[in-house]
Parts: sequence; structure tokens; C-alpha cells
Amino acid sequence: MAGQVDALYLFLVLISTFFSLLIAILILYFAIKYRKSEGRQAQQIHGSTLLEIVWTVIPLGISMVIFVWGAALYFHLQRPPANALQVYGVAKQWMWKFEYSAGQREINSLHVPTGTPVRVTLISQDVIHSFFVPAFRIKTDVLPNRFMTTWFTATTPGTYHLFCSQYCGTKHSGMVGDVVVMTPKDYASWLESGKAEGSLASLGEKMFQQYGCTTCHRPDSGARGPNLEGVYGRPVRMQDNRVVIADDNYIRNHILNPGTEIVNGFQPIMPTFRGVINEEQMVQIIAYIKSLSEQTGQPLNNRSTPTDIRDTEVPNVQQQMQQDNQIQKSTGK
Amino acid sequence: MSTATQTVTQVMPEKHYLNDNYGIRSWLLTKDHKRIALLYLFSITFFFFIGGIFASLIRLHLLTPNGELFQADSYNKLFTLHGVNMIFFFLIPSVPAVLGNFILPIMVGAKDLAFPKINLLSWYIFIFGATFSLIAMVSGGVDTGWTFYTPLSSGYVHTNVVTMALGILFAGFSSIFTGLNFIVTVHRMRAPGLTWGRLPLMVWANYAASLIMILGTPVIAITLILLALERGFHIGVFDPKLGGDPVLFQHMFWFYSHPAVYIMILPGMGVISEIVTCFSRKRVFGYSFIAFSSIAIAVFGFVVWAHHMFVAGISVYSAMVFSLLSYAVAIPSAVKVFNWTATMYKGAVSFETPMLYAMGFIGLFTIGGLTGLFLAALGLDVHIHDTYFVVAHFHYVMVGGMVMAYLGGVHFWWPKMTGKLYPEAPAKLAAIVTFIGFNLTFFPQFILGYMGMPRRYAIYAPEFQVLNVLSTAGASILAVGFLLPALYLTWSLKFGQPAGDNPWEAKGLEWETSSPPPTHNFHRTPVVTAEPYNYGSEEEAVVVS
Repeated sequence: MAGQVDALYLFLVLISTFFSLLIAILILYFAIKYRKSEGRQAQQIHGSTLLEIVWTVIPLGISMVIFVWGAALYFHLQRPPANALQVYGVAKQWMWKFEYSAGQREINSLHVPTGTPVRVTLISQDVIHSFFVPAFRIKTDVLPNRFMTTWFTATTPGTYHLFCSQYCGTKHSGMVGDVVVMTPKDYASWLESGKAEGSLASLGEKMFQQYGCTTCHRPDSGARGPNLEGVYGRPVRMQDNRVVIADDNYIRNHILNPGTEIVNGFQPIMPTFRGVINEEQMVQIIAYIKSLSEQTGQPLNNRSTPTDIRDTEVPNVQQQMQQDNQIQKSTGK
Repeated sequence: MSTATQTVTQVMPEKHYLNDNYGIRSWLLTKDHKRIALLYLFSITFFFFIGGIFASLIRLHLLTPNGELFQADSYNKLFTLHGVNMIFFFLIPSVPAVLGNFILPIMVGAKDLAFPKINLLSWYIFIFGATFSLIAMVSGGVDTGWTFYTPLSSGYVHTNVVTMALGILFAGFSSIFTGLNFIVTVHRMRAPGLTWGRLPLMVWANYAASLIMILGTPVIAITLILLALERGFHIGVFDPKLGGDPVLFQHMFWFYSHPAVYIMILPGMGVISEIVTCFSRKRVFGYSFIAFSSIAIAVFGFVVWAHHMFVAGISVYSAMVFSLLSYAVAIPSAVKVFNWTATMYKGAVSFETPMLYAMGFIGLFTIGGLTGLFLAALGLDVHIHDTYFVVAHFHYVMVGGMVMAYLGGVHFWWPKMTGKLYPEAPAKLAAIVTFIGFNLTFFPQFILGYMGMPRRYAIYAPEFQVLNVLSTAGASILAVGFLLPALYLTWSLKFGQPAGDNPWEAKGLEWETSSPPPTHNFHRTPVVTAEPYNYGSEEEAVVVS
């Protein structure tokens, strides 16, 4: 990724150098060649529509190239691969906390292996922060009201800066850490050495029982709440017939604001857990709910959601894009 | 240097707006746009130097990575106050409220602005807002950054956010009044024969900026009121803990603050158009394209705000739209640069101080504009957003562009405003020193940004030190460049040679009246019979009826 961003950067540096020099040289050349001197009269020229068109169209064309190039990189950056290693991060004034699926936790440092895409899902406990790793050319703001995601694939072992780049108060410049990139072998032994209290999902399961979630969210037919097995990452139908994907933000929102969206077929009886569950616990509960889907391992067309949903109703952006592309291709021919 | 002033001894006119009457009341209760312009000049110069002191302290602090000079929270206050002062109390009023106020009514051949009392009121409101800002500064400062991002500003910091927000709110009203006055004046008070196609480009530029002032400024007012309500009364708008959405603040803030960039730069572009034609002794190249590009910038400027938010959690598709539109707004700026350059082609170019500033402007604004293309490129912005690259970019536009244009304009119209010539040698020196100091200060920051140094860092990683030291060295040169004009311009008030009506042999109505102009600008209503900038034509552009 860094290489691709650098390539665009280099292209822009070349374009900018060319135009800056062009303007600078023209100005200096005109200033010297046409400098005021005895008897010199300026030649009055009103303008040239042809020239205006030329210097409108050429910059427009160049900027469209830059636009498409930049947008393509951005798209790539916004679409983490499915097989990415998942790490959760919680930002707060003024530190970073990271939690791994196996339960290892660390503060102000993030250990990752080379060669594997790493997906970092981040949330803030207070103000807006920003997760910035200059060496990987990635950055995402970390918001206090929903999860943000970024991803990268590290290539070279080493220690890299992690900066908070969104001003977040007094010790903003102290909210820094290290991204430690290790070979897969070193990474595996690092994971082993981390004394985990238990995997994220197991911690989440404890909490799930502790807060009495199991009272309603049960797999049997008489349950008062939706069964959560196999829900994660799948479409769910709401009472107003909308279909939404049950992702991290969906689960978090339903725990904190249960009244805002009601799953079709259920009563709005769930209490809010706002102020009860903090962001680190939230990450654990989400990991647990996610693990319920991984265990059941059901294929996508055999869902345990309360209502059947036809594939056409599922908002699948990637599928739509593929279709669009096919249409474009066919019309292109 | 115009030979006329050396061969013919000029004398000051007997009666003009400066000696029409005397006393503090005649200034504080004046309805004369020229005197109000001078009131603004003193006020914003004061804030420029306050903001400059903050900037100097910031640069001194950043000499070492561990920031030995200030505690982190003091440093945070310094960059906040530097930004607030420079943007709301210097840059936004600079060209419109000082140069525009003085020269726009004369350029259209009017006796005054359409609403002289509202013009005076705008200065009082500005001072009222400035007082709030000063109170906020001396009673502990503000440490939110000039952008006041929520929920940090609404629920977490313990400094004078509300006081400062009120100061900005009132300063905003003063710019609405100025904009209103300009628009009505341009529509209703043009001299006979002065059609829209004959308006000086300075007028077009200020007209376009005025449109933004009256359409955009109310939004920042609403935003700051909501911020104050959330901070004071815990009404949840932006803070998620109160049920609000922090990104909403960014949308509202940038809906004004991005167009505000064009409030700042458009009038500067107008100044450059005047200066380049005058010192090339040539008609401006592509008049209608420059005029129209000002309007295009004002219109497109309203639909690019979310390019400040590419990593703030907006959707991929809206990011694409805003990126595309940002490139659209870059084109009219490029058109202007090409036209100014072409204006010099086959001219008779001379290098008086205003022209040096204008040439500096074109060069620096070009770099500032081109680096904007970097930031509008989505995938690249992810890396350089909120780094020193952004800091360098907007200083190239705002200081390299706008401040150079402002200083160029001040030098250009100084003889008209005061009736006195400033000494040319130190003025040229100041222009060159400013150009060199500016580049040394801000060019290294582009590199720092790409290396990954985030902005607003009181302490930074040691590998960034070399470039920071360079930048600080440049800043000390830049400070000299800014201090010099304050000295010799003040000196010229007493010791300067009388300027004569038209020391630059320039075209335009403002050069047809005496320097300084009489209180009502013209002794008789001017009638315009020719195109603007009709350099080279021997017949007089203006006949007096």
C-alpha cells in the first residue's frame, strides 16, 4: 500500500514541479524580456479564447487522472480483505489499548506479523482521536460513537510510529505508540508469551451471562429476544422492513440504544446498557457474538434470523458494483 | 518607479478626507468608508502582530523535539490563539474590510458605500467580538484548536471556549455587514457608464467574496451557538454521551470554514489582478475569464467542505463526490494564474514593490494550489491529512497567497490612502525578505508532513528536528519581512513625499481623484466611457461631466 500511495505522490510531485516551474519561468522570462525600458510600449492583447480553453481542459484532464487514481487507492483502503487478522483498539485521552482475539492486551503498542492483512477496528472512549501509522500510509479517525476500521499488510519487520493525528486535548502529542512488525514465527511466540486471561470471546461470554443477556437471547423458540447465533455479519430485518447487516456498529448500537431499531418479530423490551458497559467490554461482547457465528458456521443462505430475507433485499454493495461493471462492459462492447 | 514623481513636485491637496475634520469623535463616529477602512487597518494590524507573536513562540518551542519552552497545554493554547486571531480577526477582514472598504466605492465611482452607518456598525461589532476574543485570551486562553472539534470543545476542555466562540460569532456579523454593503453598492451605485463588463477585477473578486460572506457566515454562527448550548446547558447535539453526533459538527463547521478560505483568498486575487495589469502597462489578459472564475470559485466553494473529512467517517461514495468537486474548484484558480502570467506577456513590466509582492503571490499561490491537489486525492489524503503537509499547504495559500496580496495591495494603494509615498528601497527589500523567509519557513513543512509529523504536536519524534529548525530559522527571517513595512509605512506618514493623484500612472477611477481623496471621493460624478485597464490608449478613460 505504501508503495502505491508513494507512486501517486511522486506523480503529483512531478506534475506540481512542472507547473510551478512553468509559471515561475514564464513570469521571470516575461519580466525580464518585456521589462519597461525607454520607448518600450506594451502590446495590448485582450485575451484568447483558444488559450483559455487549452488551460482549462488540460488541468481538468490531469486532475481527473489524479482523482481516479486517488479514489481507487481509497476504495482499496476501505475494503479490508475477509481473511484479515482482527485486532480491536480502544482510544482514550491519552493512550491506545489493543485487544487480540486470543485475549492478549497491550497499551500503546501493537504487534503484528508480516505478510498477513491486519484489520484494526477502533473506537474512542471520549473525544475524537485518529489512528495514524505513517510508515503504512494509513489513517482513520477514531470516533466515540461508532467503530471505524482500517487495515494494512506489514512487509518488513521493525518498529514503526503510531501517532494520534486528531487533536485530542492536552497530551495529544503524547498519545503515541509503536507498531511492532514481526516475522510470523516471532509473532506466534509473542502471542504465546502474552498472559491472556482468556480469549476475547470467552471474556465476552462471561459478561453475556453476568448481565443476564442469556435470559432473552436464547436459541429456543420461546425466547423474548432474537437468537444471536449466526447473526454476526448477516442481514437482519427490522420492524419497519428495512434490512441491515449485523456488524460491529449494529451490535454496539443495539446494546446502547436498544429502542432505536427493533428486530422484526420482537418487542422493545431490552434495557439500555449505556453507562454500564464500557468500550473495552463492548469489544469483548462483540467478539463473543461473532464467535457464535463462527461456531455454527452456517452458510449464508441458511440463516437463523427470525424472518426469511430474500437475497434481492440484502444491501450488498460489492455485488451491486460487480453488476454495474458487467453492465458497463456489455454496453462498452 | 514612476519618473513623474521625481520630475514634477507633487503637492498634497488642500482639503481631503483626513483633514476634513479633526478629533477623536470625527473618527469614532465617522460614516466615511475611507476612515472606517483605516479604523479596520489599525485593528487588524494589531491582531496580525498578536497572531504573529503566537506564531513566533510556536516556532521557538518547536526548535527542540521535547519542547523545552512551554508545557503541552500552553503550546496548545498558542496554536489555537494563533489560528483564531489570524483567521477570524486578520485574514477574513484583511482585504475586504481594509482595502475593499477604502477602494471599492471609489472604484465604482460612488461617494460612499450603500449603507455608511452599517459600515461603521460593522467595525463596532468587529471590535466587540475582538474584545471577547481578547478577554478569552487574557483570562486563560483556549486550547481546542481553531477548529473547535467536538466533543473535545463541548465537553472535555476547561478553557474559555464559549467566550471565544462569541467573539468569532460577532466578528462574523461584522463580515456579513461588509458583504451586504459591497453587494448593494456594486448593484446600485456604479457610476454612469460603468457596466458589469467594465468593473475592475478587484470589484468582481470582492463581490464574489461578499456572496460567500452573507451566505456562509450564518452557518458558523449557528454552529457556534449550538456548541455553546451543548457546553453550557448540556443540550445534546454533538456529544455522543448526550445523544449527539460529533461528525455533524465537522459538517457544519466546514460548510462555513471551507468557503471562508475563499472569503480570504478571492479579494487577494482581486488585488493581484489590479497590480499585475498596472505594472505590466497592459490590459488584463482574459478579463471575463478572471471575473467569471471568481464567481465560479464562490459557487463551487460551497460544495467541497467534506474534503476536510475524508478520514472522519464519511461514506466512500460521498468522499468520492467531494474529491471530484474539489478538483472542479481548482480549475478556476488555475485559470486565474495562467491569465495573470499571460498579462505580463509583451507588456512593459516594471518592478515596483506591489509588483514584487504580486509576482511572489503568483509563485507561492501556485504551489499552494497544486499541493491542494495532493490533499484532494482520496488515497493520498489518508496519509497526509492532519500532518504538517496540510499546515504547509494552507500557509502557502493564506500567507504566501493572501498576506502577500494584502501587503501588495497596501503598498499599491498606500499613496492613495495617505497621499504619501513610502520609501521604495526598504519596501522592495521587505518584499524579497518576506518571500525568502516564507519559503524557508513553510517548504520544509511539506516534507515533514509526508514523513508523517502530525500537526498540533507540542513534542515530536527526534527525526523531525532538522526540518523544524530550518522552519524556525525561516520564521525569524519572515518576521523581519513583516516588521519592516510597519516601520517605513509609519515613517512615510510624516516624512514621505506627496504622492500625487496617480503615482503609478495606473488606470481606474481611484486614480482619477486626488490622493488622499476628498471626503466624497469625487468632486463631480465620474462617467466611464471605456473598458477597464485601457493601458496604451491615449484618450482619457474618464470624462468629467
